[in-house]
Amino acid sequence: MVHKYRFKDKYIALDINSGAVHVIDKIVFDILDYYDGENKEKVFSHLDHKYAFNEISEAIEELNELKSKGLLFSEDTYYNQYIFQKKPVVKALCLHVAHDCNMNCKYCFGTQGSFEGIRELMSFETGAAAIDFLMNNSGNRKNLEIDFFGGEPLMNFEIVKRIVSYGRKVEKKLNKRIRFTITTNGILLDDEKTDYINEHMENVILSIDGRPEVNDKMRRTWNGGGTYNLIIDNYKKFVKKRKDRLYYVRGTFTKENLDFSQDVIHLINEGFKSVSVEPVVVKENEEYAILPGHLEKIVNEYEKLSDYLIENAKHNSSIDFFHFNIDLDQGPCVIKRISGCGAGTEYMAVAPNGDLYPCHQFVGNTDFKIGSVYDEYYQNHLYHTFNDAHIYNKEKCSSCWAKFYCSGGCHANAYHINGDITQPYETGCEMEKKRIECAIGIKAVLDLEYGV
Amino acid sequence: MKHIKTLSKLSLNTTEGKGCGECQTSCQSACKTSCTVANQKCENKNQ
Repeated sequence: MVHKYRFKDKYIALDINSGAVHVIDKIVFDILDYYDGENKEKVFSHLDHKYAFNEISEAIEELNELKSKGLLFSEDTYYNQYIFQKKPVVKALCLHVAHDCNMNCKYCFGTQGSFEGIRELMSFETGAAAIDFLMNNSGNRKNLEIDFFGGEPLMNFEIVKRIVSYGRKVEKKLNKRIRFTITTNGILLDDEKTDYINEHMENVILSIDGRPEVNDKMRRTWNGGGTYNLIIDNYKKFVKKRKDRLYYVRGTFTKENLDFSQDVIHLINEGFKSVSVEPVVVKENEEYAILPGHLEKIVNEYEKLSDYLIENAKHNSSIDFFHFNIDLDQGPCVIKRISGCGAGTEYMAVAPNGDLYPCHQFVGNTDFKIGSVYDEYYQNHLYHTFNDAHIYNKEKCSSCWAKFYCSGGCHANAYHINGDITQPYETGCEMEKKRIECAIGIKAVLDLEYGV
Repeated sequence: MKHIKTLSKLSLNTTEGKGCGECQTSCQSACKTSCTVANQKCENKNQ
């Protein structure tokens, strides 16, 4: 399978099954409309009016050379290897340490912190049981992850600290390594918490949507006020102290700010180097939902953002836009690309009472309750449901060029939009495809034109 | 080559020794609402 597209003045061809990326000229771009690696007569019959015979022959020879090296028209031979290599271990937990929130965001998928249940905080005992559960079910995996999530996890920060201490003690005994991460809305991010988080958390997500008026339309206090001015200085202080350790300021864009490139640029101008701004996912009947009719505008915004990031990179600026990150030299292995996010198999969310769900976006939906961290005999009855929801079993994914980049997309998005984890959220797919094209295109421009 | 410049020869077609699972879970990095896997780093020292 070959995907070709134009990015700025570059023509790009992706060999999907090998992962090879080629920058091609216009002749090759046109030839690839017809050529499948064998049928050069068809190419001549369609293009002999446009290009000289020798030019076409020369270009086809180059394509054949790539084919012989396995870098073009390569076969997909991964399915059987994937099936045999997967093992049922849990390696990452998202701890909902607070089903409560000190904000009242309009688009919250967690029902303003309660996840359609009661407002409650996780106890230390449940947090410790979650750590034990992870240790007992992670097989021989060494690197494990615990994310503190909510609601707003800083509302239960003393318990967060005790869970971290407990995890540090247990990991040593078992020769494992827990990476702790946290997501916060910033309201309670004072100096003490900043210092603790910077010492103990490997990654930190700071929620903010961008420009003050955009942020304040969605991210509101319970009194209906805006939150931008309550958090922006906390974030600036936090990031200054964090130095070069990993963090992202992370926002959501909706129909209300389809010009979201301005929000990314605003955050960069405020001094943040690592930024993630991504589309809201809600039912189409919500007034702020992103609809297929918005795609043209959104595609255009990703292009504007690409221009901006190319310009920055030319001047050695180290801006990191999360969804344009792509490692063309050593990205994830093919097994990871097939298995995707791992929700419901190796990644799970833990509700404040210890109940286990496939991921943070399924918490509260009892149809998806897997069990509890307190279960003496844990068995994941949804393992096969989620493990089998891979790209080869999703009809729309198996024929899509983006399958080894997006890995079939988000199960929760598929379920919440289409009621079925094997039916991808198509508007999301279109945005993801554009992001992949831009990410690779930016690399091509910087590599070929600026040697960056 | 005159018509083609290969930017990446990244080969997906070897799985031997891979799939160790030591890498980060994608939703734990920065998204939480949209799966993005290709931007994750491989942590397999043998690759």
